[in-house]
Amino acid sequence: MKTLLSVNQLSVAYGGIHAVRELSLTVAPGEMVCLIGANGAGKTSTLKAVSGLLEPHGGSVHFEGRSITRRPAHEVARLGLTLVPEGRGVFPLMSVAENLMMGAYARCDRAGIAHDLDRVYTLLPRLTERRTQLAGLLSGGEQQMLALGRAMMARPRLLLLDEPSMGLAPLMVQAVFDIIRRIAADGVAVLLVEQNAHLALKTCAHGYVLENGAVTLAGPAAELSTNPAVRRAYLGE
Amino acid sequence: MPSLCPTPPRWLAFSLLAAGLAALPFLVDAGLGRSWVRLLDLALLYAILALGLNIVVGYAGLLDLGYVAFYALGAYVYAWLSSPHFGLHLPFWAVLPLGASLAALFGVLLGAPTLRLRGDYLAIVTLGFGEIIRIFLNNLNAPVNITNGPQGINLIDPVRLGSFDLSQPHELLGYTFTSIHLTYYLFLLFTLGVIFISMRLEDSRIGRAWVAIREDEVAAAATGINTRNLKLLAFAMGATFGGLAGGLFASFQGFISPESFNLMESIMILCMIVLGGMGHIPGVIFGAVVLTLLPEALRYTGDWQRELFGRIYIDPADLRMLLFGLALVAVMLYRPAGLLPSTRRRREFADAQE
Repeated sequence: MKTLLSVNQLSVAYGGIHAVRELSLTVAPGEMVCLIGANGAGKTSTLKAVSGLLEPHGGSVHFEGRSITRRPAHEVARLGLTLVPEGRGVFPLMSVAENLMMGAYARCDRAGIAHDLDRVYTLLPRLTERRTQLAGLLSGGEQQMLALGRAMMARPRLLLLDEPSMGLAPLMVQAVFDIIRRIAADGVAVLLVEQNAHLALKTCAHGYVLENGAVTLAGPAAELSTNPAVRRAYLGE
Repeated sequence: MPSLCPTPPRWLAFSLLAAGLAALPFLVDAGLGRSWVRLLDLALLYAILALGLNIVVGYAGLLDLGYVAFYALGAYVYAWLSSPHFGLHLPFWAVLPLGASLAALFGVLLGAPTLRLRGDYLAIVTLGFGEIIRIFLNNLNAPVNITNGPQGINLIDPVRLGSFDLSQPHELLGYTFTSIHLTYYLFLLFTLGVIFISMRLEDSRIGRAWVAIREDEVAAAATGINTRNLKLLAFAMGATFGGLAGGLFASFQGFISPESFNLMESIMILCMIVLGGMGHIPGVIFGAVVLTLLPEALRYTGDWQRELFGRIYIDPADLRMLLFGLALVAVMLYRPAGLLPSTRRRREFADAQE
């Protein structure tokens, strides 16, 4: 199987403190992969290092066969790898439509952008009604949807999602994950970082368990969710 | 959208505005006296400064408290190249761009090490930068006399275009254009230029990227915006306008000293933006004009007291700053988004109160 993203022996350190130690993972084209773990396990640091927001201490990151290790975030984004940051990160003083257009900032194919905008509005009908509203005044779930829609406007081949369920009501979490599944069904690969291990393993094909910055378990999601250690630590049994 | 009410055509509004701006110094001269025309010149100068700082603070959201350093650099470059201090008398059209470019360079030099800083931390570093420049200017008179220290540089050349000297009165169509009248038109020209550039920037890809960086830097980088270069560009553009204003100030005043470029000046320019309406060009200009003219108008409180009560109860010098402070507090309480806020900010504040 071809790999879309391959992370090799990635290490991230803040000063002398190692947040991620020699982490390796791969994502195949169109595949959904999750990274689960407790608070402070190094999930967000991994995503930040992959997307170029943090300079890794060691190791390498390859996207579509090209090295993107230590490439700045804006260059990585232009290659087709789009991060939806933790806490949603919409532009609060811009309208919904302006936020979506910012997602296509690096593109210049007008026809393609218009087409993708239509697609995003069909995918997210709630946003269509709120086109002109300021993003900062949307509900948490709507902001998460907007962040997903904005990421889709970059026409990514890989989406990096940082805790999309954070701070959302259970019903809204379901709605957001439905959208993520539909995005993935269109052939976009997803690397999902989640504390909600149950939901993440149910959604993804493949999973990695992160503890203190290192991968302790990896495998097909179905296997992980029956693994007694995972069930005890993350699924509340 | 077709309007039901007949509106005057745009060209008419524009020509009325142009005629108004052209006649303004004469109306002010006749109505309020010559010193107010001078204040009008200063108001335009501050409008240029405020529009420059607005790019850094209003658009890109980088809180810069050392902006006056660029103003000082522009002024000193003008003074060095166009005064008896070094015996150089280069024409103003050569000196002004030089000062603006040097200011831009320093803008990048200040921006580069502060790229990772935000909010209060950035404010403290830029505040330090502003003070460093001022202290340098204050002390660079020995061993080699570069800035002439606290005495400042005197006898700076006025703006001269060929044989046309802006410091001399000129007669035209029976009207006498004194130096301050001519300066008004020169400053107005530069202000219009700066307004034009600001407007184009606001509507451009660069302008949108700045807004994105201001709102959420991580998300901006994730949409493919080169945050580093765009922040440096904001610093450079803001500094360019600051340097330009500095050059104009030096030629207008004929004398500069480090005293003119203290922290209070930076804070005043920031106040103009916040009070007028951050990120909104008409608001920023309005803020600059109000904050230049209001403290001067408040000098007359002594006369008002005498008229009202027959004697002076509070020294006008004390009362002036007190009233000025009260006015600032009142604006922030009752118009938190500024006197003329952009629609965006007005909506934000209105919705937040619901």
